[in-house]
Amino acid sequence: MEVLNLENLKYLFILALYVLAIIGPLLVAVAFLTYLERKVIALVQYRKGPNVVGFFGLLQPFADGVKLFSKETIIPASSSKLIFVLAPMISFSLSLIAWSVIPVSENLVLSNINVGILYLFAVSSLSIYGIIMAGWASNSKYAFLGALRSAAQMVSYEVSIGFVIVTVLLCVGSLNLSNIVLAQKGCWYVFPLFPMFVVFVISALAETNRAPFDLPEDESALVAGYFTEYSSMLFAMFFLGEYSAMILMSSLGTILFLGGWLPPFDNELFNVIPGFIWFFLKVGLLLFIFLWVRATLPRFRYDQLMRLGWKVFLPLSLLWVVLTATFLIFFDLLPNYES
Amino acid sequence: MNVFFILFSSITVLSSVAVISSRNPVHSVFFLILAFVNSAGIFVLAGAEFLAMILLIVYVGAVAVLFLFVVMMLNIGVDEIKVQAKKYMFSGFLVALILLLELIFSFSNLDVIYQTSNSNFNKLSNTHEIGKVLYTEYFLPFQIAGCILLVAMLGAIILTLRKREGVLRQNITEQVSREKKDSIEIIKVGKE
Repeated sequence: MEVLNLENLKYLFILALYVLAIIGPLLVAVAFLTYLERKVIALVQYRKGPNVVGFFGLLQPFADGVKLFSKETIIPASSSKLIFVLAPMISFSLSLIAWSVIPVSENLVLSNINVGILYLFAVSSLSIYGIIMAGWASNSKYAFLGALRSAAQMVSYEVSIGFVIVTVLLCVGSLNLSNIVLAQKGCWYVFPLFPMFVVFVISALAETNRAPFDLPEDESALVAGYFTEYSSMLFAMFFLGEYSAMILMSSLGTILFLGGWLPPFDNELFNVIPGFIWFFLKVGLLLFIFLWVRATLPRFRYDQLMRLGWKVFLPLSLLWVVLTATFLIFFDLLPNYES
Repeated sequence: MNVFFILFSSITVLSSVAVISSRNPVHSVFFLILAFVNSAGIFVLAGAEFLAMILLIVYVGAVAVLFLFVVMMLNIGVDEIKVQAKKYMFSGFLVALILLLELIFSFSNLDVIYQTSNSNFNKLSNTHEIGKVLYTEYFLPFQIAGCILLVAMLGAIILTLRKREGVLRQNITEQVSREKKDSIEIIKVGKE
């Protein structure tokens, strides 16, 4: 075939290197996020947390990884085998492919596509499938209930995330993620759109199935929810998927509200520090909120969760979209991108 | 022809065949989703990235999930479907025929479609392009479509809404606004 000439192979090789350069650090970040989570929760509860394996317990996540690798993969006899194995893979790969459009710095982005924000939204709405497939294929009541809860929850909170994104897009006038960051050069959107930022953070907690909205894996009622039947590497994939989805949501929040790679003030001192460091600092801040909330708040009941999503966030975010649009038109501030 | 086009289109066609031939209804829905995702891929190849993403968000992310929900909860067998399918044979064929005729009609007029789409083509991205056309030239049809959807939604809510007696509901505002003086009464028990 003419496609497999030297030029294309070289291109593919470089692309593969880029992909590795994103996935490698991401997996390390996920490993240390689990460590950080245990440390933060331990500190909140006045304990020490992991402190035996390695210096300050820093090698604990790798020990956990080795443990998971060396366990036996058990596939339930009455499960739908192909879908059972496919579900964690879908979950994991979906949480990785979203990273192809995240602009870590002005030039550090794998593909700078026109509809970046819609792509992220689409990928995050696809991640329901990993969970619902796992719940169905396990052929277990706990897993199925967990999957149903999770699917209904993610569909509900996607609506309010959608409106939050629309509000930001109204102010930017472009669906390109780099343009969204550049539009915040004067003022980060967290200040004028603060209520939407709060809605976004809470919806992000619900979207990633994190405490206090971790009903899909409600251990006191559903054992472990949708991954009850999973073990070993298949379980580890769900685990990695969940944590990298958390990092992804934090990056999305950073891009939409905290000005991405931009320093807080546009002066000499702050501009010395490269953009990606600012980006990671902001992502770290949002991740800390995730962990802090988990250590502090009790779990919601399911009807409370649905009430919050549909009766509070939906009207609130819809109203804010209308208000923002009115404000922009009234003061003639609508952005006009001709790109 | 593009390699990716061959890949996406063949997977779309094969999974569409699998939708109607697979023995398990849940597997059918999964194949349907695969077909959707691959048609989104074809959209991207055609340069319509906005449509592709909307297809993924609306159909794959929301509609197909609800579809999957229903099929999983109903737990229908294949034999039952076959019996049911025979009843709807006629209307099914009618719909298929209409779709086929429409496809033939639009493919025989391809040059007209290309001309109108290329005439006002400029450097805008297709998201801007769609927005400009949708909210100016086709404003009325767009609003009417929205109204029809709203009516359909209200209809669905009214059909499924039922009031049950004796259900205890939690009123969060009421709970939060409770104060110490409403709920605690201190009674001094003096000495006799």
